[in-house]
Amino acid sequence: MKGRRIAGLPHRIKNCLALLLSSAAFLIVPCAATISAIAQTPDTKTDTRESQPAEIQRIDIVLARELQNLPPPLSLLDFPPKDRGIAGAELAIRDNNTTGRFLKQEFSLEVVEAPSTEELVSKVIERVKAGARFVVTDARAETVLALSDALRDETALIFNAGASDDNLREENCRRNVLHTAPSRAMLTDALAQYLVWKRWRNWFLVHGTRPEDLAYAEALKRSAKRFGAKIVEERPFNVDLGNRRADGGHEQIQQQIPTFTQNAPDYDVLIVADELDQFGSYLPFRTWEARPVAGTQGLVPESWHPSLEQWGATQLQSRFQKLANRPMTPRDYDIWVAVRSIGEAATRTRANDPEKLIAYIKSPGFDVAGFKGRKLSFRAWNGQLRQPILVSTAKLPVTVSPQPGFLHQFTDLDTLGVDQPETKCRNYAG
Amino acid sequence: MFRKQRFAVSALAAGVLLFAPQAFAQTVFVTNEKDNSVTVIDGKTLEVIKTVPVGQRPRGVTLSKDEKWLLICASDDNNVQVFDARTMELVKTLPSGPDPELFILHPSGNPLYIANEDDNLVTVVDIEKGTVLAEIPVGVEPEGMGISPDGKLLVNTSETTNMAHFIDTETFEVIDNVLVDSRPRFAEFTSDGSQVWVSAEIGGTVTVIDPKSREILTKITFDIPGVSKDAIQPVGVRVTKDRSKAFVALGPANRVAVVNAQTFEVEKYLLVGQRVWQLAFSPDERFLYTTNGTSNDISVIDVEKLRVIRSIKTGRYPWGVVVASF
Repeated sequence: MKGRRIAGLPHRIKNCLALLLSSAAFLIVPCAATISAIAQTPDTKTDTRESQPAEIQRIDIVLARELQNLPPPLSLLDFPPKDRGIAGAELAIRDNNTTGRFLKQEFSLEVVEAPSTEELVSKVIERVKAGARFVVTDARAETVLALSDALRDETALIFNAGASDDNLREENCRRNVLHTAPSRAMLTDALAQYLVWKRWRNWFLVHGTRPEDLAYAEALKRSAKRFGAKIVEERPFNVDLGNRRADGGHEQIQQQIPTFTQNAPDYDVLIVADELDQFGSYLPFRTWEARPVAGTQGLVPESWHPSLEQWGATQLQSRFQKLANRPMTPRDYDIWVAVRSIGEAATRTRANDPEKLIAYIKSPGFDVAGFKGRKLSFRAWNGQLRQPILVSTAKLPVTVSPQPGFLHQFTDLDTLGVDQPETKCRNYAG
Repeated sequence: MFRKQRFAVSALAAGVLLFAPQAFAQTVFVTNEKDNSVTVIDGKTLEVIKTVPVGQRPRGVTLSKDEKWLLICASDDNNVQVFDARTMELVKTLPSGPDPELFILHPSGNPLYIANEDDNLVTVVDIEKGTVLAEIPVGVEPEGMGISPDGKLLVNTSETTNMAHFIDTETFEVIDNVLVDSRPRFAEFTSDGSQVWVSAEIGGTVTVIDPKSREILTKITFDIPGVSKDAIQPVGVRVTKDRSKAFVALGPANRVAVVNAQTFEVEKYLLVGQRVWQLAFSPDERFLYTTNGTSNDISVIDVEKLRVIRSIKTGRYPWGVVVASF
């Protein structure tokens, strides 16, 4: 469980650096000229030229992973890859460093992992004391909060890329926490908009009994109300399905699911809340009535899809595939955006001073491009990343929300999730 | 076929000059990204002459200086295809480096500078010999390519690094980098070489840079009543030779902005097809053609009257456009 350090540049670029460095002497003269010109006219607009600082600016980033002991998903295809999230961070570090070599900025990543909140927090604090001021978390909400408290007096910023809990953006929002992972409300709003656009307004809600399933179900109910859908039936899934793996099984499942979904009032779509996939993947094609399934299984709202190819996403997918030898998961994307946001701030401010970078990221002028056809930015009232949400089946995106016709006075991206007038967040701004 | 056409033109010359608004023969070539084809359009009648199958995912397109060859970035085939521009027969393929997206020819006609979107490189290719002369490392996802009229300075924009890289074409070295807004997609030099215009798709701006000092001269923004700011996504940029007007394709805003190239003020927005990306003038600059990706057509703009006079159906997702004088 030792921290891993991944520094620097792809080797192809390293080879090419020699070529660039050979031209360094050539660079010095025009740069010096620019600097002196600016010194003479102090009131001129900001210098946009890449007059390079003499020293390399280092920006160290920590990825904090909480190793959770979760029950296995139903499908062998859904076991998370061991490097889930790490590869997303590594790719963003490479992207940042490719830009950084033009600006003499170097980004490094250290991955710390622990099975408990206490251990993870103490490991992160150690790194922060050593100079890493940006922490990306792939951890539970409780751990994010503990970390936020522990770093309260430090100049440090946390990017929550692993927890979708709405209370982390609302009642429990924190000044030093941004969220690149979409909240449950954003996800269910994205799904609801599409279902309403499709005129599938009558929903049969089936939810698991774990706390995260109940939270997802609550988010679905809120979205239904918000966009004019109706939950005509709600059932907790409490059928004992037994162990997921046995030599045999489908014979009984194909009896159990139809029975469970029988005798519901007329509905258009079955909505499921089962975040850890303990039964949800059994629902499609087994319901009593012939109805589509959406929610945590079936048609799923997520921040990313490994087969998105619009808006230049092909390039990101293929860079990722080359690096990690596997497709890019939403978690990889959420972490990629976090690390890219730090890189973007360093590029725009030409700085590595954490105070300056944090202020810039939280300022209204900040935006980052994220292969979703829109600029992404952080909401000023709770630090949530404003972003389009993909609504997809396992193989392909079906649509991208916000849907046409869902209007907003400032930006339609704020039709997804808790909007400014309704926020309960009081501790973020400032 | 060429000879026949010339005969026809001379025989009808008088009549054409008197009655037809477009006196000169022209041929418009449009790459269809999703259809793996090129639509060939008669610039005089504005009718589609034929649709020719080409390599996979054709995007950037240009003509050789003598207009003998039509060059196409076949992005998913990882090469540049060279067609006989008159017969549309494949002459040869050129090495391009991986995932070529856009390219530009040296004003002398050779070499070709290709942006390799997938590999953070600009590849320099001798189009006669078919050899790679150099690979220049640039930022993440290089796309836009512009070259100064004297051929000495190449500008490449990288979409994720958000920079315009200034490259010395003799040494193949990046001599300077200018930071622009998010996702720069296109670079266009003015005819006198005094400015280079760089569009930023996600940033929603066009940055005008002095290529000598690499200072930013101005940043042009766009504001269209009734269109959300987010939908204004500048891509293609073209400036008239006399530097009086510039045209900027605004993507999903479905409009082309007309900019006074002297004052940098936006004078007008012309409604075209959906998701307008690339632009090309006719050689006489009387017409501007726009590729409208999602509506599967191109729009024809009368440059003098600043009016959209026609839209022409193409293949699916038209991407690049170039106009020949024949």
